Amino acid sequence: MEVLLYLIPAALILGGSGLIAFLWSMKNGQYDDLEGAKWRILDDGDLPDDHARTAGPDAK
Amino acid sequence: MNAHTRDWEAFVTQKEDGKAHMELAVDGITCAACIFEIERELLKEQGISHARVNMSSQRLSVDWDEAAYNPSRLVDLMEALGYKVYPFDPAQVKARGDRIGHELLRSLAISGFAAMNIMLLSISVWSGNSSDIDMETRAFFHWLSALIALPTVVYAGRPFYRSALKAIKTGRLNMDVPISIGVLLATGLSVVQTVQHARHAYFDSAVMLLFFLLAGRYLDHMMRRKTRSFAENIATLKAESAAKILPDGSTQEVPLSKLEAGDKVLVRAGERVSVDGVVLEGQSEIDQSLVTGETRLQPVSVGDNVFAGTLNGPGTLTLGVTASAKGTLLDEVNRLLETALEGRSSYVQIADRASQLYAPVVHLAALITFLGWVFLMGADWQYGLVIAISVLIITCPCALGLAIPVVQVVASGLFFRSRILLNAGDAVERLANVKTIVFDKTGTVTLPQATLGDAGGLSEADLALAGRLALSSRHPLSQALSKATAQTQPIGGASEVVGKGVQGQWDGEEIRLGSPSFCGIPQGAVEQRQKEQPGSSLLAFRRGADVWALLAIGQYLRQDAVETMAALRARGYNLELLSGDTAEAVGDVAAALGIERWQAAVKPQDKIAHIEHLKAQGHAVMMVGDGLNDAPALAAANVSMSPVSAVHVSQAAADAMFLGDELMPVVEALDIAGKAHRLMQENLGLSVIYNVIAVPIAVLGYVTPLVAALAMSGSSIIVVLNAVRLQFMVKQANKESV
Repeated sequence: MEVLLYLIPAALILGGSGLIAFLWSMKNGQYDDLEGAKWRILDDGDLPDDHARTAGPDAK
Repeated sequence: MNAHTRDWEAFVTQKEDGKAHMELAVDGITCAACIFEIERELLKEQGISHARVNMSSQRLSVDWDEAAYNPSRLVDLMEALGYKVYPFDPAQVKARGDRIGHELLRSLAISGFAAMNIMLLSISVWSGNSSDIDMETRAFFHWLSALIALPTVVYAGRPFYRSALKAIKTGRLNMDVPISIGVLLATGLSVVQTVQHARHAYFDSAVMLLFFLLAGRYLDHMMRRKTRSFAENIATLKAESAAKILPDGSTQEVPLSKLEAGDKVLVRAGERVSVDGVVLEGQSEIDQSLVTGETRLQPVSVGDNVFAGTLNGPGTLTLGVTASAKGTLLDEVNRLLETALEGRSSYVQIADRASQLYAPVVHLAALITFLGWVFLMGADWQYGLVIAISVLIITCPCALGLAIPVVQVVASGLFFRSRILLNAGDAVERLANVKTIVFDKTGTVTLPQATLGDAGGLSEADLALAGRLALSSRHPLSQALSKATAQTQPIGGASEVVGKGVQGQWDGEEIRLGSPSFCGIPQGAVEQRQKEQPGSSLLAFRRGADVWALLAIGQYLRQDAVETMAALRARGYNLELLSGDTAEAVGDVAAALGIERWQAAVKPQDKIAHIEHLKAQGHAVMMVGDGLNDAPALAAANVSMSPVSAVHVSQAAADAMFLGDELMPVVEALDIAGKAHRLMQENLGLSVIYNVIAVPIAVLGYVTPLVAALAMSGSSIIVVLNAVRLQFMVKQANKESV
């Protein structure tokens, strides 16, 4: 039964870190625009220009 | 946009870091590329430090350094990119962030975390209880559960406690009262039992109850918020601003909230009047159809009253803004509106009616259980109390608390998809009871703007030519024509003869558009044509000597109006038409729609009187209208809808708003509401059945935490699943009707 002394804190810490991560992401505004997020992954604007061009599907 | 400057001051707010901030509604965002394009182009500008498009709410938020950037460039830049942007009036967008939503989501996350961990411990205890768990381990598990549950119950329960306290203070009972009592008693009892090393503790029940109910609340809140932000965008896209005339004679575009009585406002030809005022200079013709329901143009000159929502004709007007002049139509409407709104608040929502019945019954049952066990069975008072509280926990209003809100969430999602925005949450229930529907004519069963009805035999090429010529005129009829023919290129050298029409040259021939006499059309032909097209205004066109025509322009029926009325009649509703327009015009429309009961030239107070009369006869009345003269009637009816083109006052008074040029959403709204109402009643029935089964078990003292957990989540899931059925019911109905 001593194993409980490790297992229960482990369970609580894992769950708690998930909770904290969620609260952080919420405070960070990640749930403000659920529609836009799925499109933003398609944006290559953060890459350097030439890289974006060669990496795109219509590369010449 | 270039002739005068906008007063950006009024739209800009200062952020804490000293940057200027503005929120804009963006028209025309349709795809991912729009986001990147807008953000990239804006960030290239000197001085802009932050630009972000929110795709869900169709809004753009921009921060810039005030010294380094002039926001009017922003609008020009966006226009060059092909997007129309309208700044939000900070006074009208109440809170930028969604504080309530965030609190609910935080509470939901915390109660979810707590529920899962406590359940982990509880299941060990339950299985241990039936085998060989020792007392120390059980006590340890219970203490751990208490450690997680206590802060959770305090934090995550706040939305319920607050609402319950508010209800009790005003002497009412709502669903949150039994919820709060149930949660607090369950937690309190469990703490006592933990201290006493008892076999059972109910921490899991209390926290799970919170989790389920918060999930329902959050969904409900998000749906409402989505609808509201959409409505705010629409209000802003209508550009509710006015051109204020400054003391030095220049004009500046300001939001309506920055105008005061006594300010002077310039209204150019063809613009919509956005304030109530008195004409100080100029004369023009005003289209008052949104205000009085009359379609004929009304001449105005110095000293006349003009109302917000009317459309200015060919002349430029200077208006003195009036606050609320005594004896004007607006004053009258406001007074009627106030009394009508008071009358409406007497409606009690189905959920509140249920909880008013439910709370006393359950609390009485718990009390009788306690007394019964102590005095009849001779149990000690502590044991009796445990059983009495278990009655409260098992009847805990989980299913009942979810029964109505989940249906409302599913229903408002369906409404949204049918392009209907709900202003009031309880509108669904009231829509379901409607027996009689009263329509306004102008702008409601007819299109809100004038369109081309009949081209009078003009060829396609000539019609296009007339449309291009019409671009040079600010007259409402010309504007309707150019819009109807979708022309964008004006004819070079065309000139407007004020009060008569426009003329120009085309292929060496003279072309004219305007009044019949201006175009030299014989009187007999005009009279003949007017007889053929009684409800329309005539616009004449002539090319050279031989080609001429009389174009009929008017506010015609919405395309699906006849179909909609037929559908409503088939569903057994009584239909009526009430309009401020002339008897002739109303009679024609009523005949076309097949409505037998109609009244014309009705004043706002008569509309109310008629609706009160119908209500007194026991009819539940729905009013559909858009004008200022409809606003009191909208508020007086049991439930009301407005098209999106309605004046502000009417939209605020209506329970729901429908978008687009079609009238069908009215039928859809009634259909969805009817089905939703039936599901609400079914859900209430299910919760009653659940309680009828569960209460005797609890009274007899057989409820263990395991039984409580199973019963509660079982009943909640059944209620939620039943609500989700609404989607399939509506889809099924749509398939059948196609």
